[in-house]
Formats: sequence, structure tokens, C-alpha cells
Amino acid sequence: MERALTRFIRALRSAGADVSSTEAIDAARTVALVGYADREVMKTSLSMVLAKSEEEKVLHDHLFDVFFKTVDAAPRREQQDDPNADSAEGEDNSNLMPGQGESPGQGSDDSESQALSDNTPTDETGGDPDADQIGRFLALASNKNPAQVAMALQKAATAVGADEIRFASQTGYFVRRMLEQLGVEALERRLLEKLDDPSPASQAQAQELIDARMAVQQQARAHIKQRYEVFGRSATENFMNETIANRSIDQLEYRDLERMKFIVARMAKRLAVRHSRKRRIRNRGRLDIGRTLRASAANDWVPVDLIWRYKRKDRPKIVAICDVSGSVASYVRFLLLFLHTLRDEVSDVDTFAFSNKLHDVGDILARLSPEAAMDRIVDVAGSGSTDYGQALAELQESYFDTIDRRTTVIMLGDGRSNHSDPRLDIVQEIADRAKRLVWLCPEPPMRWGTGDSCMLRYEPLITKLYHCATAADLERAVDDVMLAYD
Amino acid sequence: MTSSPRLGASSYSPADQSGFASIDAVTAALGSAGYISTPSISTALYLAHHLRKPVLVEGPAGVGKTDMAVCISKALSYPLLRLQCYEGLDESKALYEWQYGKQLLYTQVLKDKINHLIGDADSIEASLAKLSGFRDLFFSREFLAPRPVLKAMEQEGGSVLLIDEIDKSDEAFEALLLEVLADYQVTIPEIGTIQAQIPPLVILTSNNTRELGDALKRRCLHLHVGFPDADREQQIVRARVPDIGGSLLKQMVDFVQSLREQDIRKLPSISETVDWARTLLLMHAEALDPNLVRSTLSVLLKRQTDVISLDGKLDSLTHAAMTGSGSAA
Repeated sequence: MERALTRFIRALRSAGADVSSTEAIDAARTVALVGYADREVMKTSLSMVLAKSEEEKVLHDHLFDVFFKTVDAAPRREQQDDPNADSAEGEDNSNLMPGQGESPGQGSDDSESQALSDNTPTDETGGDPDADQIGRFLALASNKNPAQVAMALQKAATAVGADEIRFASQTGYFVRRMLEQLGVEALERRLLEKLDDPSPASQAQAQELIDARMAVQQQARAHIKQRYEVFGRSATENFMNETIANRSIDQLEYRDLERMKFIVARMAKRLAVRHSRKRRIRNRGRLDIGRTLRASAANDWVPVDLIWRYKRKDRPKIVAICDVSGSVASYVRFLLLFLHTLRDEVSDVDTFAFSNKLHDVGDILARLSPEAAMDRIVDVAGSGSTDYGQALAELQESYFDTIDRRTTVIMLGDGRSNHSDPRLDIVQEIADRAKRLVWLCPEPPMRWGTGDSCMLRYEPLITKLYHCATAADLERAVDDVMLAYD
Repeated sequence: MTSSPRLGASSYSPADQSGFASIDAVTAALGSAGYISTPSISTALYLAHHLRKPVLVEGPAGVGKTDMAVCISKALSYPLLRLQCYEGLDESKALYEWQYGKQLLYTQVLKDKINHLIGDADSIEASLAKLSGFRDLFFSREFLAPRPVLKAMEQEGGSVLLIDEIDKSDEAFEALLLEVLADYQVTIPEIGTIQAQIPPLVILTSNNTRELGDALKRRCLHLHVGFPDADREQQIVRARVPDIGGSLLKQMVDFVQSLREQDIRKLPSISETVDWARTLLLMHAEALDPNLVRSTLSVLLKRQTDVISLDGKLDSLTHAAMTGSGSAA
């Protein structure tokens, strides 16, 4: 049972639920305490020891169901008294059969092997090592003893390291290795002999061998697929997520939106966790004399309680101004998605969108789902040619009081303003009033200043200018922003 | 089934074993104290006792996290020690504190006596040598005011230590707690180490307002308590408000269950349901009707914005609950 538990924990780790060694030891103690007779109790107990947050609990429950599939009760009881050769592994002491292939796969093999079981394999006995292997192989194919078949497949899979599977494309390779482990090469040698011999008996035997091989191959494939489900699928997911996170935003397509949402949510959560520390730091170096003396009044002015000065940390307040015009159309969706998620994590976010007129879109982002919000914002604010100057003027007129000394103003845009007045004076004022002015530009630095881009003119006024082309860049930039508040 | 080797030298007295003999025994014990438990809650307490690990209970406010600790201590006759966390909680409020006032008072009172005792010493070294004997007197157990955590360690016969709303405390306190929970001992520099003879059953509750540190989370068993399903809620209300009629109870619970599926900021939890039951009982209601619901809605929904946003759907929800057709969308 320890082996099964160890493999289960490994599956959990590769799926993203970090299980520490202490927790693994605790899991072993738990199983020793509650036993494995009652599946629900074991599932609940393990979930309490191994899964320490809601997401991890969901993951754990899902993996538990996939990993520990119950065998049908009837055949199980038959095998109970069967002295299994593999009992040393201790795996047949439980009602739970770890790592067994899916039942539908076996079901179809059953009907096929029913036909086979009538023609009992005529293997030549006596001294031929091949014959033993082929005999075992045919026994597997006939599937007369499902528990034993499962055991053999399990052993073979572990022997070839099927737990290492990471991608669906590796299935074929692992299936072949498993078959080799089970002795398919001997079978194939015999098959070639039979095929060369034109006699009908040999041909019939050859057909038997072919069917047997296919039956076992199907079983092996089902088994490997289940291993992939447990060990590999999440690795694939992570890999896909990493790729998308690092791909340039304008190359993302609409169908990546779902994955994008997941990445953005994860990003926002990471940022929130990292920066959600409490807002008061005790600055232990300096004594606050006044407070100390006041507190010592009760002790006859003997200062037994020392009170230190503390610094009050400001809460982050973000004002995000987003260019939603045609020139940055491909980025807009992503950026709006990000803002939508940011609102959930950071409590104080004001959002504006503009192309030539400025609109407060906080309400839209709060009320609607991300896709609907994006469409609505582009409708409301996205028409018209970009005019930074006018947008900034409107900001100054109507919304300037949202910017105070603890605000970080984030401008998202390419600085291309169709040769209109860039209103550098307003930008200067913003930079003075706010804590920081941060600009996220989707264009690479070599394009700044070309054509109608005013980036180089804005640059000296901005606190920090970032080139943000991928999701990872965006996360880094926002992390930097939040760090300023720590 | 082999039992795990217990770490440490402590052994449990027979009286303790009966309550924790099995998961069902825990459920029965909680039931006897008036707490309707779920399998996960009973399993968590069972594991916490036998594995000697603290339990971290997370969930929305008002689902019975604190109540669980209170009831298990009542059921098993353990003393309950309660520590309410807040930001800035430090060891003087959690572990122990020296009673400076008392010490100063005693020195004043004994000033003459001390003078008399060191009167015949004619050098500073000699006086100090005489005084050093007294130092230990003023830092003895008499002048130590134990706080909940230390008290829990000192209880003979076990106890239940409830650390409430640990997410409101800060990281420094978490570090402190980790140290204590690792070996169930408290070190007082002047006195020594106080080790718990029988480790307390430690229950930490959290409302998830912030992420707890990883070290603490990994150290504890994690239990999530969510909103109950209709059956359990009925049982709970019946246990707390025994006089309520069967049909009214069913309608009430159906209504609250459907409320929880609506899009409101603060979902009503069990304590609100129990309060509503008491209210309806006070008003001698036999069954739900729209006017009654409208007038007592503030007992269930504590935010005015939620009450307003549900205004249009209220009647349809009430009717659905009255006819028992399950939750209306």
C-alpha cells in the first residue's frame, strides 16, 4: 500500500499540488490509522492531510477518483484466495486497485477474448523459452483472470517507467516498451515462422497470435492512457500555459481566450498574494519615546514596555488609462481582461478607456463578464482616431481628483496620437501629483519616436516605461508597481 | 489495522479514548452537545486527536467553525481556552506576561526587609551577591500571568485550544504559533520550558481574508466547512430552535437555500437562518408568505444593497419555497 500511496503523492505533485515530505509522512500515518477499508473515509482523510487549499482539494478529489478505481466485487472475491505471485507488493490487500486500466477498454477485450478462449493456445511445451513467454502473452490476451492481467500490466508499466509520461504523443512509445516487457518479441518471432508456413493449421495459429497481440496492445494502450491522465495531463497543461504566457500578445488568437483567462487569473492571484501583507510595519530601530513614557505611567514611570515607531504603509491605489483605439486593437482585449481580473484582486482600481474621448469604464468592468465588457468598452470608447491630448485634457477636467499621492497611474498605449498635441504639460502634472506614473507600451523600443509616436517625448516625464509584449512582461510590470507600495 | 506509533512520551487516559474511539463516536459526541456534524468535520477531529496535529478550519462566516470547538470541548468535558486574534497580537497577549505592577508593588512593600538583609554588606559586590538570590523570587510562577496558549499547555487532562480568526493576525504571530505547535511547549527564559503533558486539541479558524503562511498551512490538517445542504440545515435549525413547526421549517430552509444561489455579496449563513427561525417563531408564523418574508428579510440579508437587488425576485422565490418546488432560478 505504501507504493500506491507514494505514486499517488507523486501524481499530486506533478499535477501542481505541492505535497511536502512531512505531509507525505503524515499521509502514511493517516492511512495506517484509518485503514483503507472505507473508501470515503480514506478519501476525506487524505484530502485533509494532502490538500491545503480549495483548489488543491478539488485536484485531490479528482485524482483520487482516477487513481484508485474499484474493481468489481465479484471477481475480486474469487481472487482473494488465489495466491498471487505478486502478493509481496501488498497491493492486493485492498479493495482499491491502483492504476488499473479503464473498464470499457477491458470490456471490449473481454468479448474478443471470449472467442479466443475456446481455441486454447497450442503452444509447444518443453524447453523452449519463447514458448513460456508466448504462453504468458496468450494468457494475458484471453483475459480469463482480470486481476492477474491487471497486475501483469501494472508491473510492465512500472518497469518501463510509464509514470514518466508527460505528453500524449509519448503514448505509442510507452505502449511498445510495455509490450516488449510482456514478451511480444517472442510472439512476433513465432508469428513470422507461422506466416511463412503455408499450411492452414499454421495460418490459423498465426491469426490467433495476431489477435492476441492486438488484444494486449489495446489493454496496454488503455493502461498508458490512464497513466497519462494521472501523471502527464497537468504537465501538458502547464506547458501550454507557459507557452501562451510568453507568446507575444498580438499573436494570440481568440481561441486562446480561455487559456488567457486562466493565466491572467493566476497572475492576478500571485500579485495579490505577494502584495497583500499587512500595511503597518514596525520599524524596530527607533523608539517612540512619547508613547513609551505614556505607557509607563502605570508602572511609576519605569519604562517596562518599549514602544517602537511604526511606518504606515499606503494601500495601493491604481488608476489605469487604456488606449483602446485601432492601432492597439489586438492588445486591447488582453489588457482589458487583465484589468477586469485586477479589479478582483486590488480593491482600489479606477479604469478609463479612450481613443479620442475618455470614458470611465469601471462600472462596465464591474458589472459585465470579461467578454461582454470588452465588447462594450470597444463600442463605447474605441471609435474615432487616437488623440492622446484630448483624452488627457478630459482626464484633467473631470477625473483629476482620483489621482493623489498614493496613486500609481498606469498608461497602457503605444503613444501614437496622429500628430495631435501630446499635452506634455498634463502628463507632467500627473507625474507630479501621483506617486508614480508607469507606461506600458506594446511596441518595441526601436519603434518609439517613429511616425506619429510621441513615446520619446513622453519618456522623460514618466517614472518607469515598460515594453510589454507578452503576458509575462505584463506581470513583471505590475509586480514592480505593487512593490513600490511595500 | 496497525496504529501509528505516537511520538513523545505522553499517554492518553481511558476517559479521553471513549470520545475519540472512532469517527462515529466523534459524531455522536458532537451530537450530544447539540452540534450537527458532517463526516468531514468528524474525520478532521478524529485525525487531529490521534495524529496530534492542529486543525485549520476555513470557511465563510457563521457556518459553525467556532461552535465546533465549543461543542467538542463541552461533549468531552475538556476545558476550552480561547484566543481571539487581531493584528498586532504578540506573545504577551498570547503566551504569557510578567505582572510588572505586582512585582513593583512587592518590591516596595519589601523594601525595608531587603535593606535589612543587605544591611551588613559593605561593598557593592557583596550586596549584589546577596541580591542575586532574590532575583529568582521575583520571576517565579507567582508573578507570571499565563495567557490562553500557555494555559492550554498547563492543563492536565487535555484541553481544547481555539485560536479564532487567525487570518486577522500578522506573520510574526504565525511564526510564534509555529514554534509552539511544533513541540507543544513554551519556553520562558526565566523559568524554563513548560511542556504539555497532554497536548491540547488545537483548532484554528480562518475566514480567508488573507492567505496564511505556507508553513502553518502545511503543519495543520485542513478542513473546509461550507454552507450545509437542505437536510443538514433543517437538522441544525431544529436542534437550536426546537419549537419550530415542520412545514415552516422546510419552507424556510428551501427559501434560504435558494437565496444562496442568487448573485448577492454576502450570502446568508447558518447563524442567520437560526436567527430567522427564532424571529418567525416570535411572530407566531405558521407558514411563509410574501409579506412576512419582506418584513423579516433584514434578518437574513445584512447588506442593504443585497436587499435592494433582490427586490424583484423576492416574491417568486417565496412562492417557490412555499410550494416546495425546489430552488427557483
